Amino acid sequence: MKIQISNLYFSYPAGVEALRGISLTIKSGERVAIIGQNGAGKTTLVKHLNGLLQPTRGQVMIGDWDTAKYSVAKLASRVGYVFQNPDEQLFSKNVGAEVAFGPRNLGFSGEQLQALVNDALALTELSDKTETNPYDLSATWRKMVAIASIIAMDTNIVIFDEPTTGQDAISVARIANVIAELRKRGKTVITITHDIDFCAENFERVIAMLQGQILLDGQANDVLGQAETLATTYVEPPQLTRLGKRLGFKQTVRNQEEFLAALQKK
Amino acid sequence: MAIVNLQNVTYQYPLTDTPALQNINLQVNEGEFVAVIGPNGAGKSTLCYTLAGFVPHFFKGELTGVVEVVGVESHNSSLSEWVLNVGLAFQNPFNQISGAKYTVFEELAFGLENIGIPREEMKTRVEEAMELTGIGDLADRSPYSLSGGQQQRVALASILVMQPKVLVLDEPTSQMDPIGTREVFGVIRKMTERGMTVILAEHKVEWIAQFADRVVALYEGQILTAGKPREVLTSDLVIDKGFGVSRYTSVARKARKQGLWSGSKQLPVTLDEAIEGFGK
Repeated sequence: MKIQISNLYFSYPAGVEALRGISLTIKSGERVAIIGQNGAGKTTLVKHLNGLLQPTRGQVMIGDWDTAKYSVAKLASRVGYVFQNPDEQLFSKNVGAEVAFGPRNLGFSGEQLQALVNDALALTELSDKTETNPYDLSATWRKMVAIASIIAMDTNIVIFDEPTTGQDAISVARIANVIAELRKRGKTVITITHDIDFCAENFERVIAMLQGQILLDGQANDVLGQAETLATTYVEPPQLTRLGKRLGFKQTVRNQEEFLAALQKK
Repeated sequence: MAIVNLQNVTYQYPLTDTPALQNINLQVNEGEFVAVIGPNGAGKSTLCYTLAGFVPHFFKGELTGVVEVVGVESHNSSLSEWVLNVGLAFQNPFNQISGAKYTVFEELAFGLENIGIPREEMKTRVEEAMELTGIGDLADRSPYSLSGGQQQRVALASILVMQPKVLVLDEPTSQMDPIGTREVFGVIRKMTERGMTVILAEHKVEWIAQFADRVVALYEGQILTAGKPREVLTSDLVIDKGFGVSRYTSVARKARKQGLWSGSKQLPVTLDEAIEGFGK
């Protein structure tokens, strides 16, 4: 399902112009990371994809649906959105009920509903916690519950807002695993992140934003290698990209395999 | 002379079966910058709460051992006295913003109003904290209209204005952009040079290695190991237990297996250490 954003402008009621002319196409099944400094408009942009915000000017199309003409409830069948802070999202008495809430609202029931819930719980390694109250879990696991409750809705498009914030190494690996599996299933995955190393290791396309506009958009290696331009939006290239550059590698490297291959050639 | 002194500290939250902290011994000197690392659930936040007096004064539960800051024992103090010496920035900035103020400027003055600082000094301190944390342009915005990273800067500034002797920070940059993170680490370092003592719970090992004096590795409520950043952050003990490591460390470890990193050389944590090791 294609996402088409045309000449999008958005101003908050207080007058802050958060988006200033965004045009963007995201094809079905792409894995896209959105990076950029705090206040660049990343969250404002993705909140337009499920109708939480409506354009002040311009248009957002999700497949053949214009978001201005569909309710948030309706758009939820196409776009799942995992909030930055899981506590803004969780309210049920136990994990199983929490994860079932979304797909039930989309009209799933019976065995089909149970299958979606079980699959989402398995993918997020929560199968042994279905009876637990989400608020008795650590922040790490609450994040996984938030992710599971969106995955269970089986939407074509899944958005993660800062999924790795405050997560330890094991949990970050778990989230990377979820993203890889969604990719295998042909889902479009859009992730906002400040974790540039995580971005480099898990996404093929990177969009850098600056003050409500798109600064860079392209293949991860092309975007993440542009240290000077990225610095204008308070982003540094990934650790291994910086190291490769300082060691005089000719091409941009962004992960361990690329780094070691380039090191061997040297 | 240690400004923070924890001896045999064990703490259990109410209604739980196991202690969140077990037998913690930690002495921190005035002006020292100590980073606390550990997987989620290791007890980092609980340690922060203990230093900040929330454990046990707010959370109740059972605290045994000695918690002493600036020569005062936690049991013998009230929270309102304790906070004059120790400031805490929460992991989640939403939890910290007072909800009582309409602008960032007023928010920063809130703590000072409560302890009766004269108006002119309040203004000076607020302006200085805004400049340090790079939020001068947000002075008139509502604290709730800000992005996560901007709110974290406000949360940090609202503690800095109080000029605590000991600054406790629980993942203060988790929602910040990368260069913003590095800047904030620089600000923290600067505070220690002015004599402030800093204890920081954090996952971002590259910056810990560059800025902290000492690293304490916490695991399942206990101190696993502690020492100089490079030693702790590259030790097998820490890596194998699933603590975060920098990409420089993990790639050098792989390179070592392929003979591309000399076995006699200590693994790197920072960019400079990696350049030094790979470059020759």
